[in-house]
Amino acid sequence: MISPDNAKLPETDFQSPMAELIQETLALTRRLFIQLIRRPSTLIAGILQPLIWLVLFGALFSNAPQGLLPGGVTYGKFLGAGVIVFTAFSGALNAGLPVMFDREFGFLNRLLVAPLQSRSSIVLSSVVYITSLSLLQSLAIIWTAALLGYGWPGVSGILLVAITLLLLIFAVTALSLALAFALPGHIELIAVIFVANLPLLFASTALAPLSFMPSWLGWLAALNPLTFAIEPIRAAYRGPVDLSTILFHAPYGDVNGYGCLTVLMVLTIGLFFLIRPILNRKLA
Amino acid sequence: MSVIHLEELEKSYGDVKALSGLTLDVPSGSLFGLLGPNGAGKTTALRILCTLLEPDSGNVTVLGLDALKDPCEVRKKLGYVAQEVALDKILSGRELLQLQGDLYHLRSIERNARIAELIERLEMGSWIDRRCGTYSGGMRRRLDLAAGLLHQPQLLVLDEPTVGLDIESRGKIWQILRELRSQGTTVLLSSHYLEEVEALADRMAIIDDGRVIAQGTPGQLKQNLGGDRVTIRVREFSDEIESEQVRRVLESIEGVSQVVVNRSQGFSLNLVVEGEKVLPKLREELQKAQFELFALTQSRPSLDDVYLQVTGKTLMDAELETAGQRDTKLERKKTMR
Repeated sequence: MISPDNAKLPETDFQSPMAELIQETLALTRRLFIQLIRRPSTLIAGILQPLIWLVLFGALFSNAPQGLLPGGVTYGKFLGAGVIVFTAFSGALNAGLPVMFDREFGFLNRLLVAPLQSRSSIVLSSVVYITSLSLLQSLAIIWTAALLGYGWPGVSGILLVAITLLLLIFAVTALSLALAFALPGHIELIAVIFVANLPLLFASTALAPLSFMPSWLGWLAALNPLTFAIEPIRAAYRGPVDLSTILFHAPYGDVNGYGCLTVLMVLTIGLFFLIRPILNRKLA
Repeated sequence: MSVIHLEELEKSYGDVKALSGLTLDVPSGSLFGLLGPNGAGKTTALRILCTLLEPDSGNVTVLGLDALKDPCEVRKKLGYVAQEVALDKILSGRELLQLQGDLYHLRSIERNARIAELIERLEMGSWIDRRCGTYSGGMRRRLDLAAGLLHQPQLLVLDEPTVGLDIESRGKIWQILRELRSQGTTVLLSSHYLEEVEALADRMAIIDDGRVIAQGTPGQLKQNLGGDRVTIRVREFSDEIESEQVRRVLESIEGVSQVVVNRSQGFSLNLVVEGEKVLPKLREELQKAQFELFALTQSRPSLDDVYLQVTGKTLMDAELETAGQRDTKLERKKTMR
């Protein structure tokens, strides 16, 4: 005899693996956003810092001789692209911090003991969170720069800006997450972030064009991924987007818009492949 | 049928051996107590069983599944309440439970119904919407228990569930664990509190130095000891030398066995007495050896005696021993992923 209880379907739902992955990723992302909203200092500092750069640094060279910079732009206009990229970059560089704190405080164990469809959801939620946060901060800077009279890239320009920033954010987030799993604690992670931040800014074309630099620094800047993100955005601010124009004259040859985006793309994909073994080891 | 079968588990952290050949069977539907001092390997064993850690060697079968080959299936059926409760300070208790429900892929209606049920059952209603950062130890532990029960696991594993808790929270947690057992959930808890294991467990194992050294029902274990427990003092505060002398006297008496000098209790002597004529004889022999009998208590064997018998030291002594040598920094490191 079949009892009515046995005839019923088991209570566990049969959700598709994809639905489960989305459910867990959204839940983890939601947590990060709740943290952000209830503790908004990160967000505020992340917007305030580049704004201060923009206003103070932009003013620093406002009386510099006309025509000094390539294209005869004012220093404020020149700086805008650099600050936008720097904002996205430093935001993404912090991506690993919440993960590191979860490791240290044992919250990660709560996630690891749960039957996650895929542990990539832990990484994925950080990527979604940091990407939206960095884009939001960059948008705030773009808008303020426009208010300060430093220009506006136009609709197709904004699209190029967004794509460029996304590629950079993905690459840097991957790096930061890998560090968050590879380093022993948050002190070390913060130290790395601190050490990486400013030198990468100075050794790029964010604050000055390649032509101003001694050749050794020019080499560094021409190899720096930030430069490959800054120049397309600067071009978007200069006028209609044409990716085949030469954007900068590196010591090893001229680089156009396609070249910049390709480099960023390769960097992003390469980094994701590079960090996979680390994530697999820690999240296996 | 056993729900958990651990076989010959070995695990080392660097030079430190945490488990050396641990074998354990937890029968279905039992409330199983894992008793041992801090540092005995309880947490390591539980972490392995909950798929958070891989053993260096050995077999782990949980609910009929090979936990080393099929960890994800095990995770679905198992609830784990860790020793160090990791809550997100910024989230409210309810938000944490919602997150937990999503991690276990509950449908939102089912999830919210379960959360409401657990809030009532664990009496968390008045504070569940406050941020976790403001909770007391007892609240945190109750919330964590609720999180472990959210997906209605067939097996609940708790690591030292009531360490440092207020009486009320402890009582609440004990009550829930008993209810779970009566509903057919298998519960495994580790503890270094004898009273807890005594009060709750219907089966237990004693773990020491990374091995199980005795297991059975508390009644069986006590019965196996046989004889009455006797504690003797020849003076209010003896010293070790004197107590050792008394020990030699006592050991020569027929019917007296397992004489142990109890350091943590002012060098009193614990012994087992079998037969009715032994005590008068004992008094006589002590008098002959010119020792006074300051105090003598006699009792049926307790779990403490069981522990003493199998490890050769009292649980409290074992605790004191490990207290000084624990490297909390290292322990934190080794639980980090």
